Amino acid sequence: MRCSLAIASFIVALTGTASAQETQSFERIERGRYLAVLGDCGACHTAPGGQPFAGGLALQTPFGTLVTPNITPDRETGIGSWTNDEFLAALHEGRGHNGKRLYPAMPYPAYTKMSDDDVLAIRAYLVTVAPVRNQVISNQLPFPFNIRLAMALWNLLNFTPGRYQPNLQKSAEWNRGAYIVEAAAHCGTCHTPKTMLGADKTDSPLAGAPLQGWFAPNITPDPNKGIGGWSKDEIAQYLKTGTNKWTLASGPMAEAVTHSTSRVTDEDISAVVTYLKDSGAGGLTPKPGPVAANDNAMRAGAAIYKDSCAPCHKDTGTGEAHLFPRLAGSALVQSDDPTTLVRVVLQGTRAASTPSMPTAPAMPAFNWRLGDAQVAAVLTYIRNSWGNAAPPVAASAIAGQHMSLATAP
Amino acid sequence: MARKLPPKDVVIIGLGWTGSILAYELTKAGLDVVAIERGPWRDTASDFPPAYAQDELRYAIRLDLFLRPEQDTLTFRNNTGQTALPMRNFVSFLPGNGVGGAGVHWNGQTWRFLPTDFRLRSHLEERYGKNFLPNDMTIQDWPLSYDELEPCFDRFEKLCGTSGKAGNIRGQKQAGGNPFEGWRSSEYPTPPLKQPYGPTLFAEAARKTGHNPFPQPASNLSEAYVNPLGMKLGQCTYCGFCERFGCGNYSKASPQTCILPALLRFPNFTARTECEVTRINLDSAGKRATGVTFVDTSNEEWEQPANVVLVCAYALFNVRLMLLSGIGKPYDAEAGEGVVGRNYAYQTTSSVSVILKDKILNPFIATGANGMMIDDYNGDNFDHSGLGFVGGGYMGAGQTNGRPIATRPIPAGTPLWGVRWKKATAETYQRAFNLSTHGSSYSYRDCFLDLDPIYKDRLGRPLMRMTFDFHDNELKMSAFLTDRLAEIAKALDPAEMSPRPRQGPYTLNLYQTTHNTGGTVMGTDPATSVLNRYCQSWDVHNVFVPGGASVFPQNHGYNPTGTVGALAYWTANAIRDRYLKNPGPLM
Amino acid sequence: MDTCLQPSISRRSLLASTAALFATNTTAARARTVTQMLPWEPGMATPPVPVRPGPWMFFMADEAALVEAAVDRLIPPDDRGPGGKDAGCAVFIDRQLAGPYGRGDGLYMKPPFMRGAATQGYQMPDSPAARYRTGLRALADYVKVKFPGSSFPELPADDQDKVLAGLESGSIALKNVSGAQFFALLLQNTQEGFFSDPVYGGNRDMVGWKLVGFPGTRYDYRDWVERHNEPYPLPPVSIMGRSDWTVRE
Repeated sequence: MRCSLAIASFIVALTGTASAQETQSFERIERGRYLAVLGDCGACHTAPGGQPFAGGLALQTPFGTLVTPNITPDRETGIGSWTNDEFLAALHEGRGHNGKRLYPAMPYPAYTKMSDDDVLAIRAYLVTVAPVRNQVISNQLPFPFNIRLAMALWNLLNFTPGRYQPNLQKSAEWNRGAYIVEAAAHCGTCHTPKTMLGADKTDSPLAGAPLQGWFAPNITPDPNKGIGGWSKDEIAQYLKTGTNKWTLASGPMAEAVTHSTSRVTDEDISAVVTYLKDSGAGGLTPKPGPVAANDNAMRAGAAIYKDSCAPCHKDTGTGEAHLFPRLAGSALVQSDDPTTLVRVVLQGTRAASTPSMPTAPAMPAFNWRLGDAQVAAVLTYIRNSWGNAAPPVAASAIAGQHMSLATAP
Repeated sequence: MARKLPPKDVVIIGLGWTGSILAYELTKAGLDVVAIERGPWRDTASDFPPAYAQDELRYAIRLDLFLRPEQDTLTFRNNTGQTALPMRNFVSFLPGNGVGGAGVHWNGQTWRFLPTDFRLRSHLEERYGKNFLPNDMTIQDWPLSYDELEPCFDRFEKLCGTSGKAGNIRGQKQAGGNPFEGWRSSEYPTPPLKQPYGPTLFAEAARKTGHNPFPQPASNLSEAYVNPLGMKLGQCTYCGFCERFGCGNYSKASPQTCILPALLRFPNFTARTECEVTRINLDSAGKRATGVTFVDTSNEEWEQPANVVLVCAYALFNVRLMLLSGIGKPYDAEAGEGVVGRNYAYQTTSSVSVILKDKILNPFIATGANGMMIDDYNGDNFDHSGLGFVGGGYMGAGQTNGRPIATRPIPAGTPLWGVRWKKATAETYQRAFNLSTHGSSYSYRDCFLDLDPIYKDRLGRPLMRMTFDFHDNELKMSAFLTDRLAEIAKALDPAEMSPRPRQGPYTLNLYQTTHNTGGTVMGTDPATSVLNRYCQSWDVHNVFVPGGASVFPQNHGYNPTGTVGALAYWTANAIRDRYLKNPGPLM
Repeated sequence: MDTCLQPSISRRSLLASTAALFATNTTAARARTVTQMLPWEPGMATPPVPVRPGPWMFFMADEAALVEAAVDRLIPPDDRGPGGKDAGCAVFIDRQLAGPYGRGDGLYMKPPFMRGAATQGYQMPDSPAARYRTGLRALADYVKVKFPGSSFPELPADDQDKVLAGLESGSIALKNVSGAQFFALLLQNTQEGFFSDPVYGGNRDMVGWKLVGFPGTRYDYRDWVERHNEPYPLPPVSIMGRSDWTVRE
């Protein structure tokens, strides 16, 4: 009895106190707006140049194309005619209108952990956005993936609906952080490695995952592979401003920072940080020995680094805070999967801009200047210098990545 | 027939230094601002990354970042006795182009004019008598004082993160700085750059000969810095690819590194690039601007209505736009009437090239604005009695580059090709450097800008015509400065030195500086100025020329950009704090 | 909607390991209207296109032979290193003349063309490419008359030097062409070819840079500014790198 009361009070503490009856109170709508920021709904449901939440963004999945639906309150082409229960079913169970099954491109396996109250607050907010007439044919997958019923089997294998269960051993702040990370902000959707069927590998949450052309890094507390070497303030600064003394957010994370994490309250950031530093995920991966400095690739890499990279990242690999990422001691540089490193060297990348850190510096592209063996050499060099140690990068890996970058739109 | 666009509060012609400063100030104040720039967007990582930015042929010789004469140029004559001919190629001066303007590829020399410069005529007449100045010299007092402008100098330097050593903080002289400078409210935002060998040797020689050397104020930053807009700049790496080049590692102050990303965060700012403003439109009474007309790359005409028009197109093109738009009375040199185009001035530079006996100077370790300079012979810092001229300039040893297409000195008399040339080139490169003087260029009745009667641009508009030559005053001054510099050079115990004072006539065939000033002079009297002391047109009160060097009544012995930046802030303050509240003539 | 400072190519991906980055339909790399977004796309770069060895693209065979001989006198081979020919100066000039520089792109070419004072700059309508055509022909014609039976490349080096010196000083008059001006152009381009980045076809193996001790495209001398009077030890590097960049097997 006491246990369930405690659970109930946690839930209440986590999700606020508004009752289901006050659907359109200002507080509820505002809470819904904030939760939509936490969940970053607009990132997918707003097409480039399109109206907010009107859908139409095509998502390239390995199974084919899905187009995000219109979630404005338009009655015919949006979700205006949905009941609250239907909205809950969508986020909690992956079920759309008339029981149609959603594909997990919609991260319902994460949203299922959100409380009813929070989901309905989002609904209350969405009811207030401008209705837009925009008919979207979402399912553009080829046969057999276009058979939504197949999702029933996928869900059976990979998905268990259910609200977030607080961990009573941990503080309220930790649980709030866990709720945000695991549910609303669905960090694992990118950062948790996936099975062949595209489901989360539940034994290695937040341990890093490739997303065609990028590697979403390991954000467990592992000090060698993850963010264990970052202080709480550094993690908080990164989420709030897109940069800290180690690095700058770019690529898909730049968008997450710009649209979502930079607009989150300080308390919630603090909760997220508390959770990430203590998520229980990951471990302490032992560091391998570094590749020897007189290795042929290391020698070539050293020359390339000195001539091409040091003018920004410095001979010492220490970069410049908030301008040029620090390579020495960087877990991302030493990650097993070098996809992000390869991509950034080949095509360059641009950092996020936030109000307090507007600079948005960019790394230039080097694909015209360095051949595959040279890219591999310089990456092997940075992964094994200044105390870093990580497996070398092979020239064949670069060749492979050219292919995927060419096909990725 | 021009298609009309929705109106804006402010239209800014050109998005270089002044355009960017004004855009930021007014956008931040909540106005709807559009900047129209005839060149392309430019950005560090895609346009001048430190992977191909360091290409002397492309940027310094073929001038990739500069204005193409085909897009716009001027005609030139030394005096009214000649027919002006077009500058088919730019050599003597190189106007910039594109977003960031010449702020992308400037050297970074960031000076302030002297307090006496701002009241030049009064000061010289007080000190030397009214008859000291030549009759045809048309210098004037500025309509504002150094003291009034000081906070704006400070603001521009903090925007840039300028590296230097103050010589005078609120009247207190500071060791190691310029003892002649106007008082500063604070130290420079970053410490001085480190100095290579050549400037260090010069400083020793200058001290030995009784002068006061100090590090040149440089907007190539000595250390990483965050400016008041939150923009982060990096540390200069002394790469030696500075002037004429974009900076590859965010360490040179430019609109790109100091302003534009912060500016673009505001939804109420828009830039239109590769669109050229062809004229400022006036109402039927000619007293109020209604906006501008511009053409896009298809030469389609568009009209951009606006409440305020800011002319930020670079000094020379500011004047041309005012002439083409009929704002203000054009200067007629013969009649001695009118003001638009009057008081064009330039810069009077000279050099002393030095070859040392046996030194390793590593000339390629360089920045655009490093160096050790002396100001002992600038402005009226020295007694001109009996010298036969007025004016002066700073001088000293900068080390800007060792790029070998252009920089490979040889001893005088060496053949320019062949085996002896090759030997001399190899043996001199490490031992040679250039000292230079950077002298004032005062204004004269017969140095002016107007519209050319013969030559047209690609859109059929008349080119602007420049009539300019050096006067005796400037040549005498240059000879004097060069002699003083040569005396210091002697103290270096060189193997050889060649003083080269500026000689007349002014020729287009030699690069000198891109410091073209005057033409829309700011002043207190509409009979001798185009703009009032807030850079507002006397004739059309919603047109401003915010601080481009066209507002200078004459050019002093320093690079203009520091003063240009200060005047941009000065004008921004006046528009935001006074004009917007009560649109109308501010004086 | 929210202002965003990333173009939508960095739009977040979705299905974990499978998700793709979706590029938007933003058109050209150069935005004409810039608002709320810093224009940027992956891979945006405008590096120089490396000159590839191959047949002459501008010069006729006899012109190329003349220019190769001339550049080898302007910058002769000696014990300091290769001359203009082996350094690729003729190749450099050939490729330059075949491109925008040769065409005179960007110059103001509207008439009337009038002769003015020397201070008023170059006023002729000829592009550099045209000037080479007429200059080389006039020079070849001169040699044919002055040295019957020989072309410039066939002359002994001393005679070649005398011809070049005569052009330079103006003592040799070419028909309808200012020999001094043509010589100045040829010398300028030769030296550009000798000292520009090897990507343009000259300065092969960075021999020009090695002649004077210029480290090329190096971009970081922070540790060396105050090491006065010390030789800089690192070899030169060019836009396309240096041999040490190659991974030895």
